[in-house]
Amino acid sequence: METFAPLAYLVAGVCFILALRGLSSPSTSQRGNRLGMIGMTIAVVTTLVTHFPQAKTGGAGFAIDPLVAGEILAAIVIGAVIGIVTARRIPMTAMPQLVAAFHSLVGLAAVLVACAAFLNPAAFGIADLVIPLIGAPFESIHPVSRIEMGLGVAIGAITFSGSVIAFLKLNGNMGGKPILLPARHVINLGLLAAILGLIGYFVQDQAPWVFWTITVLSFVIGFLLIIPIGGADMPVVVSMLNSYSGWAAAAMGFTLHNSAMIITGALVGSSGAILSYIMCKAMNRSFISVIAGGFGGDSGGGAGAAAAVDRPWKRGSAEDAAFLMSQAEQVIIVPGYGMAVAQAQHVLREMADKLKAHGVRVKYAIHPVAGRMPGHMNVLLAEANVPYDEVFELEDINSEFAQTDVAFVIGANDVTNPAAKTDKSSPIYGMPVLDVEKAKTVLFVKRSMGGVGYAGVDNEVFYRDNTMMLLADAKKMVEEIVKSLD
Amino acid sequence: MDFISILSVFVLACFVGYYVVWSVTPALHTPLMAVTNAISSVIIVGALIASAAGSVGSAGETAKWLGLLAVVLASINIFGGFAVTARMLAMYKKKAR
Repeated sequence: METFAPLAYLVAGVCFILALRGLSSPSTSQRGNRLGMIGMTIAVVTTLVTHFPQAKTGGAGFAIDPLVAGEILAAIVIGAVIGIVTARRIPMTAMPQLVAAFHSLVGLAAVLVACAAFLNPAAFGIADLVIPLIGAPFESIHPVSRIEMGLGVAIGAITFSGSVIAFLKLNGNMGGKPILLPARHVINLGLLAAILGLIGYFVQDQAPWVFWTITVLSFVIGFLLIIPIGGADMPVVVSMLNSYSGWAAAAMGFTLHNSAMIITGALVGSSGAILSYIMCKAMNRSFISVIAGGFGGDSGGGAGAAAAVDRPWKRGSAEDAAFLMSQAEQVIIVPGYGMAVAQAQHVLREMADKLKAHGVRVKYAIHPVAGRMPGHMNVLLAEANVPYDEVFELEDINSEFAQTDVAFVIGANDVTNPAAKTDKSSPIYGMPVLDVEKAKTVLFVKRSMGGVGYAGVDNEVFYRDNTMMLLADAKKMVEEIVKSLD
Repeated sequence: MDFISILSVFVLACFVGYYVVWSVTPALHTPLMAVTNAISSVIIVGALIASAAGSVGSAGETAKWLGLLAVVLASINIFGGFAVTARMLAMYKKKAR
């Protein structure tokens, strides 16, 4: 039994590594997910058999407390029902909110576990009974465990409150516009210093007020960190919170000396960190500037003044678009957040099917930051039954625009703006963009000419000779194009 | 396990994570977030220990209820996370024909 448990946890950890490994290709991904489930089952079963609910009698014999066992089972069943029902019912467009909500649960669970460990350290085997000369005997928590516990509760609390705000913003309960407090950097840095200082002091003194103050301050800083970040920066925020939830699990793994938790925490932590890095790079912004916040309200919501639209531009109709595309050899579709908002992915696939029937080659080009979370567009297209081998990443397809007859931009804007390549004064200068303007014709679906993208910059593509603006709701416009294709 | 061996596991796992995650195809980044979310709920191990040890010890009763609540939250994540990942992955299909 003594060596069995650590071995089983190690196997669980390896299962989790293989689960992520499976995601390197869609064909192996489902097997990977099943390995993840197996790993989790191993971890849970191992914990239950090694920490079997014992009756209060203790000491003599190994009596199972049926009440506690029943309570644990009930807790798992309640969670399973809520989780499975949510997972089945959630629409794919709401995936970013769901992920944020799940992150908040991991954070809160970490906080609760840390609190439980603080209240009952003996159960976790992290304390020694001290019998002082004066006063009652007490459990003295090991100094290393105090640091781990302090870090665990702090990261967990930040993950929780940060994810709640991210959820509210993504779900539309809270405006996407950044909320800027005066002197927020000073407040945040001060809070951070206070939390770290208290964790240091916690090693000296395991007084309850220290622990609870760390917890409360961490909730506050998580909240303050996310409110100034705009809707368009959410892909970075969601990835960052993903990372934090991993570090929280790892910190608790240190406390419990549990390799499954440590391996998982490290995996999830690095996964989130890498995704944040990819997102930042795709926007050509530094991580610090995203975290500092204040950039980017709702897309299309007219951050900054509406662009001057007195320059000449061409307006097209659904019939024009249908004709142009049906005559094309190759069409590249560039989807963005607007497509998700309009829920246009299904009708878009219908359009692609019609085009294919006309003998047109159809491809999709995805910018890494399109949408509200990494891979958002890919999931929506997959939901609409678009085969994944028709969907390409920016670097794989960008050179093809020059040989393409029609680039069909739907709900994207800044990611197509050539100013990012040429205009050094532009706020998005240096961001990698899709070279849609190199296609023979650009069809740009947009609600109106007035609004600009989240970066608040005008897009040169609108006014080019080879661009035709299709001004309407994305879904309605594509529906009309589908009708015209018949 | 002593602190150094735990730290070794952690550091090595960070490197494993680094290389494994870079090999994930960008098309699957959303399922990646969903599944990492599910597996980070391995924190349920701590919650189970707190709940199981519950009735033993002075502050055990409170710790037990906190633990049970954490079990519920982590279970939502585990079942929900794996189920939603499976649902997403089932949608990724190759070109028919």
